[in-house]
Amino acid sequence: MSSTTATSARRTGRSGLGLGLVAWLAGIVFFLPIAWMVLTSFHSEADAATNPPSFAAPLTLDGYREFFGAAGGASPWPALINSTVASLASTLFVLVLALPAAYALSIRPVKKWTDVLFFFLSTKMLPAVAGLLPLYLFAKNAGLLDNIWLLVVLYTSMNLPIAVWMMQSFLAEVPVAVIEAARVDGAPLPVILARVVAPIALPGIAATSLICFIFSWNELLFARVLTGVVAETAPVFLTGFITSQGLFLAKVCAASLVVSLPVLAAGFAAQDKLVQGLSLGAVK
Amino acid sequence: MTATTTAPLAADSAPALRRPPARLRAWATRAPLLPALVFMIVVTQLPFVATLVISFFDWNALYPKARRFTWFDNYQQVLTDADLRHSVWVTVLLTASVVVASLVLGLALALLLDRKFKGRGVVRTLLIAPFLVVPVAAALLWKHVLYNPEYGLLNGLLHYVGGPQPDWVSNTPLLAVEASLVWQWTPFMMLILLAGLQSRDQQQIEAARVDGASDWQIFRHLTLPHLRRYLELGALLGSIYIVQNFDAVFTLTSGGLGTANLPYTVYQSFYQAHENGLASAAGVLVVIGSIVIATFALRVVSSLFREEVSR
Repeated sequence: MSSTTATSARRTGRSGLGLGLVAWLAGIVFFLPIAWMVLTSFHSEADAATNPPSFAAPLTLDGYREFFGAAGGASPWPALINSTVASLASTLFVLVLALPAAYALSIRPVKKWTDVLFFFLSTKMLPAVAGLLPLYLFAKNAGLLDNIWLLVVLYTSMNLPIAVWMMQSFLAEVPVAVIEAARVDGAPLPVILARVVAPIALPGIAATSLICFIFSWNELLFARVLTGVVAETAPVFLTGFITSQGLFLAKVCAASLVVSLPVLAAGFAAQDKLVQGLSLGAVK
Repeated sequence: MTATTTAPLAADSAPALRRPPARLRAWATRAPLLPALVFMIVVTQLPFVATLVISFFDWNALYPKARRFTWFDNYQQVLTDADLRHSVWVTVLLTASVVVASLVLGLALALLLDRKFKGRGVVRTLLIAPFLVVPVAAALLWKHVLYNPEYGLLNGLLHYVGGPQPDWVSNTPLLAVEASLVWQWTPFMMLILLAGLQSRDQQQIEAARVDGASDWQIFRHLTLPHLRRYLELGALLGSIYIVQNFDAVFTLTSGGLGTANLPYTVYQSFYQAHENGLASAAGVLVVIGSIVIATFALRVVSSLFREEVSR
């Protein structure tokens, strides 16, 4: 036994260093576009548009000033605020709807609860374009076009299945015996929820919220079709950069970074539970 | 919701005499579920039924009076129209190539990250980052900052080695879209496969090693079979997300140069061409395609799920 451990240790020692270097190299290659985006966002437009690239050009905040409307042009603030409202409000609605549902699918399950769970999952597999046109026509007739609350409702429906799945798996981790014991002791349900269920499920609920926030913040198709001037979200604002407009690389980089910051922050905060959320709770 | 569930909870421990009828208790258990269920049906299922109905009409929004029922004409038109048929093909090609490429890369990265080395956490963070860039921003980054033929980073780096200076998006439009998507989706695959690798039975692997199995034999006969369902899951979830991709196609090529996939075509045919009937028929076709993938996806998820529950 001791000799085999020694051989395997030696083996990892020799090839391990090389493979560690390969891993580092892969990480750097994947991160390079982002690093370059950060660097370019701090360059002047003239330095950003050189070939070969100017790595050591002086740094400036001009790109960010331009993006925030210093040189005229549309301010991104309304779009950023709209995105914040749509993402936060829809995440809140998702929690309000998903928590009770997850409770009825885990702690006190209804009959055929797996069927219900899979119904939620199947709605996630219905592509967004499937209902886009009727939603557009409905919004137009109801006067809801260019209204941020329509997006809030749609984002809620977009994220609800994911949230139900994730929270079901988190609530299922609460041991039934503990709940039973609390109930025998005569604790009322709200107390059980607050004292027994919440402490165990809270990290999971937080991660679920962050993932819902990310998906809402990223969404483009609904926002592009259903909003215009007033309710435009940050991704829609970014589509203004699709066609080239002279020297604007630093501004594009600054814009892309600013809009991505909340997602990067939320993603790294939820890092450990990210897979579980993205795989709809199938992978832990 | 609290009130309705308190009732059955209290009732369970109460003597049988005071129990409310079984049917009432069943409904009280169901009650917390209903708001979410009703909401999902109203917001996702009803619009799809409407799409299905509209798909049988010849309906251009610019000529609302000429709307009429045409049975399967729209479907016939979608399936025989060269552009639309092309977009079906593009959707298949785009989805398949991005999923396969990001799965293979993701597997390689997951295997690299599964072993201990200095700064593993940092490398993991670097690798996840591309997935956490807003999709439109990522597409803009590739289009303007990397692919730009005059001052993009790719040609800038090629310049150093005296390589050619291609116009990436114009020369190889579909490949350009695919590369940007592979960059974003590889981290996703890596995370799923890494979770799979870490759920391996370490004792079994150690035992195989004691019996003299080589690294390759362990990978081939223990790791790969164990990873099979994680690979399937990654492939299917990736397919579901990428079949629906709109952001990258819209941003990088605006559907031009033969890169329009079905979601883009649906968007274009009603948002720009106002062909409601045709758009709906194309939408229904996307759904049929998704259902085919989803059936397999659901099977995989449910087998993993059952294992979790029985554990």
